[in-house]
Amino acid sequence: MNGIGGILRVSLFITCYNDTLFPETGQAVVKVLERLGHTVDFPSKQTCCGQMHWNTGYQEEALPLLPRFIEQFKDSEVVVCPSTSCIAMMKDHYPLMAERSNDEGLKKAVAEILPRVWEFSQFLTQKLGIEDVGAYFPHRVTYHASCHGLRSLQLGDGPQRLLRAVRGLELVEIETLEQCCGFGGTFAIKNAEVSSAMLADKVRSVLNTRAEVVTGCDNSCLMHIGGSLHRQRTGVRPVHIAEILAGE
Amino acid sequence: MSGAGLDPRTAPKFQVAARVLVGDSQMRKNVRHATKVIQTKRAKVVAEMPDWQKLREAGQAIRQHTLRHLDFYLEQFERNCTAAGGVVHWARNAEEARQIVIGLVKSSGAMGESPTEVIKIKSMTTEEIQLNKALEEAGVHAYETDLAELIIQLGHDQPSHIVVPALHKNRAQIREIFMREMNLPDLGGTPQDLADAARRFLREKFLRVKTAVSGANFLVAETGGVCIVESEGNGRMCLTLPETLISVAGIDKVVPRYQDLEVLLQLLPRSATGERMNPYNSLWTGVDPTQKGGDGPRTFHVVLMDNARSEILADKEARQTLQCIRCGACQNACPVYQQTGGHAYGSVYAGPIGAILTPQLMQMHHAQSLPYASSLCGACYEVCPVKINIPEVLIHLRNKVVKQQSSGFHILANPEVMALKAVAQVFRSDKVFRVSQKLGRLAELPLSHKDGQGVGWIDWLPGMLGGWTQVRDLRVMPKQTFREWFEEREKNKQGANNGR
Ligand code: SF4
Repeated sequence: MNGIGGILRVSLFITCYNDTLFPETGQAVVKVLERLGHTVDFPSKQTCCGQMHWNTGYQEEALPLLPRFIEQFKDSEVVVCPSTSCIAMMKDHYPLMAERSNDEGLKKAVAEILPRVWEFSQFLTQKLGIEDVGAYFPHRVTYHASCHGLRSLQLGDGPQRLLRAVRGLELVEIETLEQCCGFGGTFAIKNAEVSSAMLADKVRSVLNTRAEVVTGCDNSCLMHIGGSLHRQRTGVRPVHIAEILAGE
Repeated sequence: MSGAGLDPRTAPKFQVAARVLVGDSQMRKNVRHATKVIQTKRAKVVAEMPDWQKLREAGQAIRQHTLRHLDFYLEQFERNCTAAGGVVHWARNAEEARQIVIGLVKSSGAMGESPTEVIKIKSMTTEEIQLNKALEEAGVHAYETDLAELIIQLGHDQPSHIVVPALHKNRAQIREIFMREMNLPDLGGTPQDLADAARRFLREKFLRVKTAVSGANFLVAETGGVCIVESEGNGRMCLTLPETLISVAGIDKVVPRYQDLEVLLQLLPRSATGERMNPYNSLWTGVDPTQKGGDGPRTFHVVLMDNARSEILADKEARQTLQCIRCGACQNACPVYQQTGGHAYGSVYAGPIGAILTPQLMQMHHAQSLPYASSLCGACYEVCPVKINIPEVLIHLRNKVVKQQSSGFHILANPEVMALKAVAQVFRSDKVFRVSQKLGRLAELPLSHKDGQGVGWIDWLPGMLGGWTQVRDLRVMPKQTFREWFEEREKNKQGANNGR
């Protein structure tokens, strides 16, 4: 039950915010991967992919984080990360960052490593070719497709297929699957009013599903949606997909 | 938001304007409804095209190729347009363009008379340079003949969408404007009633006014022809009835060959209005050579305007902005635009295209808040018929803004710049990062309180972070970070192995 390609040594890129704010997501990723028979390591000097700085316009500040990432993961067999937006940052912008550095070695290293870097759900469905990870989660769940997962990584219905294979789980489609939740990193702070208006729409759609749990492949959107669900005392919880797949 | 023009030089920051506009429930309802209707229509006619992605690539290729050889194609257009009897003028900036148009209008009268009226076809380029205001000041009144532009003009309003300028108004509001401004106290409220009223109002202008001003959708270099597409036929009236026609076009509007329209005239209507084809596609080349009463104007001028487009072209990472064919699909798809409508952007170019185009037209001296008016969700890029990677350009422009804000003393006045630079330092060392995680836990302690489940939450944050807690709570940092957990686990494993 290891999936296509036998037993892999997976290096976990946890991302700065999951490390600090959502350790339970990382723990769940470890649990799922080990349950599937793979080994997991955690390069200890990793910090951040640079997304916040790059996307906010602080590109010079983001640049040094690229060689740090390469240094930490260059020998990894595969790199797995439970955040769609961080993976999108790497896939969409690391080549350009390397280009800017004028460092031939870095350019080569980026080109070599990117095909081995996977978003968690995509790693399961595409790299391993697995949909049923043997999980049990007896709840009514709706799935939020984060924009980066949807448009940049083209996750398609991969996450939903994983969820449908979970025993006890009832998946309810949200009516506005392709609509942004309004997080957008520093956008939520810089344009708080508009972000709130977008969030209000998304929360309404979540509540319309009458799900107990809203899941997704990116804790940043879930933190934003969940923050409003908590403020309104809706009782609906945000749970990262890895934590559902770890359920047993 | 009435009367004063949308001028990026004086407009409030996006977030300030948006704060007011998100409180306008009628406007939001109108915008939400209209964008949804157009999006649904677009999705339907796009889905029926098996080669839509190929078509987008072809459109992108045509636009990229043209921009790469823009100087060549512009001169070719000038030669061919002149040979067909047109007169080509070059304007470096908005002011030059306005003066050229005013001069041409004034000298367009028969027997030395100076006209005091012109009729206009909907044109974003003339909105960009606030031509109507300049004409008014020069003693010339411009009548907008596009139905939506007429609504805007009579309502002393401003356009909020590049294709559907009055999208923020509903039918009841339009009826009120017509009743008041056309003096029609008994006007009915059906679409038919409103169209009838507009037709009566406009017919008289079409027949009387002898000079017209237009924009252009495309300039064809190979023939010297100009193309305008529209839905109502009012444009066709302006193109055929008056004796003098003055068309103002950005230099980015040129395409190499007549055949290129095959691609662009498929992409544009499907993206813009969800139609397979525009109801009216007008293409004209110069003037009637016999000058003996054939259709069209006796005198035809084209004003080719740069207005910062050359600067945009010089910026490698932003030049794709000029590929735009002004379809407005990105506006309809944009979740930010859907909430705020167009006026928040303080420019006639609203939505994602406005967020990248306006600051560049201002050469980054104004409108610096616009590149941040996006959650970078990518919906705009997905629908753009010429594949402009708008999020990428937004990020590039944000970088330019940050560089401005970080230079000299500006940096001290900007807590955001200071904060983000400090955080960047933290990420450059895992040791510092670990310490910061601990410090963060301490710092948030006084702000947190536990809920019934015993989980700590924060419902108030100071300073700029307060934007977060306006409508959202924040869960406190757990006691143990992931890396602490992982390392402890590894240690225990080793301990267990050693003990074996
Ligand atoms: S940027 Fe693209 S989608 Fe937006 S108006 Fe221009 S062509 Fe249309």
